[in-house]
Amino acid sequence: MISFSGVVKRYPGGQEALKGVSFTVEQGEFAFIAGHSGAGKSTLLKLIPAIERPSAGAVLVNGQNVGAIKRAALPYLRRNLGLVFQDQKLLYDRSVYDNVMLPLAFGELGGREAARRARAALEKVGLLAREKANPVQLSGGEQQRLAIARAVVNRPAVLIADEPTANLDAGSAAAILEIFAAFNQVGVTVLVATHDEALIGRFAKRVLRLARGSLVE
Amino acid sequence: MKAWLRQHRQAVAAAFGKLAAQKSAAALNALVIGIALSLPAGGYALLSSLRSVVQGASLEPQLSVFLRADATRADADAIGARLKGEARLREVRFIPREQALKELQATEGLAEVIASLNRNPLPDAFVLRPRTADAASLDALARELRADPVVAHVQADSAWARRLGALAGTARLAIALLAALLAFGLVAITFNTIRLQILTQRAEIEISKLIGATDAFIRRPFFYLGWLQGLAGGLVALGILWASLAAMNLGVAELAASYGSTFRLGFLEAGDALAVALFSGVLGWLGAYLSVSKYLREIEPK
Repeated sequence: MISFSGVVKRYPGGQEALKGVSFTVEQGEFAFIAGHSGAGKSTLLKLIPAIERPSAGAVLVNGQNVGAIKRAALPYLRRNLGLVFQDQKLLYDRSVYDNVMLPLAFGELGGREAARRARAALEKVGLLAREKANPVQLSGGEQQRLAIARAVVNRPAVLIADEPTANLDAGSAAAILEIFAAFNQVGVTVLVATHDEALIGRFAKRVLRLARGSLVE
Repeated sequence: MKAWLRQHRQAVAAAFGKLAAQKSAAALNALVIGIALSLPAGGYALLSSLRSVVQGASLEPQLSVFLRADATRADADAIGARLKGEARLREVRFIPREQALKELQATEGLAEVIASLNRNPLPDAFVLRPRTADAASLDALARELRADPVVAHVQADSAWARRLGALAGTARLAIALLAALLAFGLVAITFNTIRLQILTQRAEIEISKLIGATDAFIRRPFFYLGWLQGLAGGLVALGILWASLAAMNLGVAELAASYGSTFRLGFLEAGDALAVALFSGVLGWLGAYLSVSKYLREIEPK
């Protein structure tokens, strides 16, 4: 489903963030991208929704070479991917509910069905009771759960998370990972980048370990 | 189609929301645009009002030929027949002295004066429209006509009207240039307003792009915002124009009354007023389009 083949990513200035990375993640699989800070985890994840483009090699998502995808086709690629970031990227001038509704605003769903979907997503992450709150009123763990609700509301086939537990305590981090595991159990492919070895150890999942831009495991 | 309409509804609501969130700035922008647009719109309204005065006069070259007071109708018929055969003339109109007197009687304030006369002092006359406006040719024709013993006076009475017409043409051109300059100003104002909006919403745009919003979806509210801002400016311009004309008409009415006239400066016709508002809206949209085209591409998720 997600395939990296000899992927090199070189930033302007010559810094090589990824050096010939190759791997495949099958549909419905759960995999951690592990590695220290600066190992290339974020760069690797950014190549999947074409936030960055590879300097060499190919990144395939469902058979589509996203490295060569046209700008106009990007939104349609990204709608099929659920993205969760370390800094959540929430809109702090909107309510919890409005944040989750955002990806549905440019979809084909009618108002009633969109509202039902948004509330269902909030319920899955345990935030339905806080739907009218502003994100700033939520704890770090709750904000991350809100980001997950927004990522899954469009029912994507792939969920990608970049250090989603970096700013959370151990309990909240485990709870977030449990949510990802629950989505994985219903068939969603999950890719989580983290440097938290203890957390990785708690889940018996595949680990793709990066060191200085190369896969070492 | 349903989703497309819903997205447009949402974009309009978002644009109104942005205006409502910045009431003071939006009102100030509308006022600046309104004042700028009221200048050419006002000039156009003044010219339209004066056009009714100017249209009363012919702007084409015209010769008036007055016969001697003692000329008989047979003399008039003879010269009329000669003039109608004249190749240099496009139109020959005979105004008998009786008709001229009637027209004079109909003029405000002259009825009593005419009634006090014991005889008609006006001569028979011809109004001639030459085929050419060439001054030398007109002078030659006037000279020939003056040589006729039945003719008392020949008057080339189109010069002032031509001058007035030229003046009106210059004024129209000046207003068009002013309108074009201020239209650029309006586009620049909207361009800058939308640029600031885009920068303010940078985070939202980035997130929207990340989660799959198309450029069209992101652009739409800004287009509506530009259009609404332009439209509001156009409506303010019409308001300023209406109030200014109403104030000016107090003085104009007094002046016109002293000439026995009921002349007033008229507001724009409904179609023209609608055109001002819509044109202003289109310029606002254009400013938004240019701004969005320039700045939206620069915002990409990182």
